[in-house]
Amino acid sequence: MESPVEIVQHTAGGAIGVSWLMIAFPLLGAAILLVLGRKTDRWGHLLGVAMSLASFVVAVLAFFELLGLSAEQRRQAVHLYEFIPGMADMGLLIDPLSISFALLITGVGSLIHIYSIGYMSHDPDRRRFFSYLNLFVAAMLLLVLADNYVGLFIGWEGVGLASYLLIGFWQFKPSAAVAAKKAFVVNRVGDFGLLVGMFIMWSATGTFAFAELSEKAGGLSQPMVTAIGLLLLLGACGKSAQLPLQSWLLDAMEGPTPVSALIHAATMVTAGVYLVVRSGAFFFPEGSPQALAVAIVGAATLLAGAIIGCAKDDIKKGLAGSTMSQIGYMMLGAGLGPAGYAFAIGHLITHGFFKADMFLGAGSVMHGMNDEVDMRKYGALRKYMPITFVTFIIGYLAIIGFPLLSGYFTKDGIIETAVEHNQVLGWLAVVGAGITGFYMSRMIFMTFFGEKRWAEDAHPHESPTVMTVPLIVLSIGSIFLGGYLILSNRLMLWLAPAVGRPEELPTFHFASTPGLATLALVAVGAAYAWMKYGRAEVPAVQPRGSFLTTFARRDLYGDALNESLFMRPGQWLTRIAVFFDNRGIDGVVNGLAAGIGGTSGRLRRIQTGFARTYALSILIGAALLTGALLLVGNI
Amino acid sequence: MTAHYLVLSGLLFAIGAMGVLIRRNAIVVFMCVELMLNACNLAFVTFARQNGNLEGQIIAFFVMVVAAAEVVVGLAIIVTIFRTRRSASVDDANLLKY
Repeated sequence: MESPVEIVQHTAGGAIGVSWLMIAFPLLGAAILLVLGRKTDRWGHLLGVAMSLASFVVAVLAFFELLGLSAEQRRQAVHLYEFIPGMADMGLLIDPLSISFALLITGVGSLIHIYSIGYMSHDPDRRRFFSYLNLFVAAMLLLVLADNYVGLFIGWEGVGLASYLLIGFWQFKPSAAVAAKKAFVVNRVGDFGLLVGMFIMWSATGTFAFAELSEKAGGLSQPMVTAIGLLLLLGACGKSAQLPLQSWLLDAMEGPTPVSALIHAATMVTAGVYLVVRSGAFFFPEGSPQALAVAIVGAATLLAGAIIGCAKDDIKKGLAGSTMSQIGYMMLGAGLGPAGYAFAIGHLITHGFFKADMFLGAGSVMHGMNDEVDMRKYGALRKYMPITFVTFIIGYLAIIGFPLLSGYFTKDGIIETAVEHNQVLGWLAVVGAGITGFYMSRMIFMTFFGEKRWAEDAHPHESPTVMTVPLIVLSIGSIFLGGYLILSNRLMLWLAPAVGRPEELPTFHFASTPGLATLALVAVGAAYAWMKYGRAEVPAVQPRGSFLTTFARRDLYGDALNESLFMRPGQWLTRIAVFFDNRGIDGVVNGLAAGIGGTSGRLRRIQTGFARTYALSILIGAALLTGALLLVGNI
Repeated sequence: MTAHYLVLSGLLFAIGAMGVLIRRNAIVVFMCVELMLNACNLAFVTFARQNGNLEGQIIAFFVMVVAAAEVVVGLAIIVTIFRTRRSASVDDANLLKY
C-alpha cells in the first residue's frame, strides 16, 4: 500500500497562492446581497451566479496548476493567518482530494445557480435565495479546503446554517419551518460527535492540522484512535444522513428544488464521506473496527434508503431516499480503506452529476405541473417535456448502473471492492443495486409513461432554456464522467498523493460475478417496476399496501423510533424538571417566605400600644433576670 | 441595722411598680415612677452606708439629676397629650402599635 505524500508549504504565487479567493468570492456575494437587501433585488441573482462562476474559474486554474506539479508536490498548504494563537492556524490545503471537491462544488453549484434564475423567477425573495446559495458554496468550500479540523468545523457549521436557511426558505409553510428545525437539531447530534472527536484529538496529539496529524496519529494507542474514529463517524452520519441520523434528509425536501439538488444530493450530504476519506490516513486505518463500522453504516443505509425510495409517491422524497442510498454506497467504499477511496470519491462525483440532473429534472417537471409533487398525478409527460425527459432518463440510467454510463463504473467499483473485502457487505450492496433498479424505474414509469393522471388545471410545458441548459450539461457528465475517471484508474492515481492507494492497481472487469449479478438484479427490478407501474394502470389514490409498504412509507419508522426513544423521554425529563422546580425549589423559597411572614404577623400582635403592658413586660423581664442572677449566685 | 431601710426601699419600689401597672392617669403613673426612683435612691444610700464608702451616694445624686430632667420632658409630653386629646389616660394613647 502506498501512503499519502508529505504536505509541502506553498511558496510560489499563482492560482494556488490565491486559492482563498474561491471562498472569498461567494462569501462576498452573500454579504453584499444580505447587507444591501432589497436594493439588490433586480440584479442580485446575476451577482450570485457571477460569484459562483468566479469561484469555479479559480478552482479550475488551481486544478491545472496542481496538474502541472509532480505527484510528490501535489499537496500544497497555503498559510493564511494565525487563527487561534498556539492552537490553530487558518490555512488551505490544495491537494487532489480537496480540489476535486472544489471543482464539483463550484461546477455543479454554478449550474444550479443558473438553473435557479429560471426556477425562482416568480419568487419575490429570489435575491435572498441567491445570497443563501452563495453562503452555502463559501462554507462548503471552506469545509473541503481547510488544512485543519478547526477550519473544517467552521465550514461544517456554515453548511449546516445554510442548509437550515434554505430548507426553511419558504418559512411561511409550517412544514418547511419544522423540517428546517429538524435538520438543524439532528445535525447538532452529529456535530456533537465531531466536536468531541476533535477534543480528544487535541488532548492526545495537541494539533488539529492535517500535516502534523499524519506524523503524530501513528503514535496514538489503538483504543484512542478507535474512539476518535467512531466520534468522527457520528459527525459524518449526521451530515450525510446515514443511519441512525438519517431522519432529517427526507423532510429537507421542503426546501426549493434547486436546494435539494445542490445541498441534499450533490454536495453538502457528501461532507461526511469527505470527512471519513480525509481522516482516513489518521483515524480509519484499513481493517480497523472503526473502518468496519463505517462500511456497516454505509451498507445498512444503502438498503434503508433504497427501501424507503420504493414506497414514496412524492418525486422529491423518492429521490431523497435514493440519495441516502447512494451516499450509503460511498460510505461503504470509504470504509474499505485506500482501495475503496477512489471509488467512493468517484461515485460521489458522478452522483453529484446524475443526482443533480434528476433533482433539477424533477424541479423542471414540478415547474410545468404547478408545483405538483405527487407522481400519481403525473404520467405520459415524455411528449410534453422532451428535454427534461431525455436528461432525466440519462440520469436514471446512470444511477441504476446501466453499462457504460457513469454510475455503472463507480458503483460497480464499490461493489467489487466490497465483495473482495467483506462478502456480506458486498452482496448486500448488490441487493441494494437491484432495489435501486426497481424504485428508479417506478419513478420513471409513473412520471413519464402510462396514462395522463394530471390535475384538471395542469398544462405541462417544457421549462425555459436557462433551466434546460444545466440539465443538458449535467446529463453529459452523467454519461461520460464515470468511465473517464475509473477506466485505467485515472481517479485513483490522481487521488493517490492525498489519500494513498493499494500497491496493486485494480483492473476493471466488465464480466465479474458481482457485476453480472448486479446487472441481473437491476434488470429484474426494472422489469418488476414495468409490470406494476408501466403496463398496469397506476391508481390515482395511494393503495393501502402491505405491511412492508407501510413500513417503507413511514421511513422505516425512523421518526417513530426517535420520538419514542428520545423525544418522549426528553419531554418526561423536562416535565419532571418543571415539577421539581415548581414544587421543590420554588416550594422551599416560597414556603420559607410564607413561614417568616406568618410568624412575624403573629409576633407583631405583642405590640399592643398600651404603655402599661410594656411596663409589665419590663418588670417581668427584670424580675426574671434578677431571679436568674440569684440562682447563679455569687453576685 | 440597715435592713429596715432596705425593706422600706423594697416596699416603696413595689408600691411604685404596682402604681405604674394599674393606674391609668398619666400624672399618677408618672408619680409612681418617681416613687420607684426614690426607692432606688434609698437603697443606694443604704448600701453606701453599709459599705462605708461614698459611691452609692454619688449614684443617688446622679439619679436625682436624671429624674429632674425626666420630669421636665415627661410633664411636657403629658401636658401636650392632654391638650390635644382632652385626656391624660395612658390607655387612650395607644396608636403606636402594629
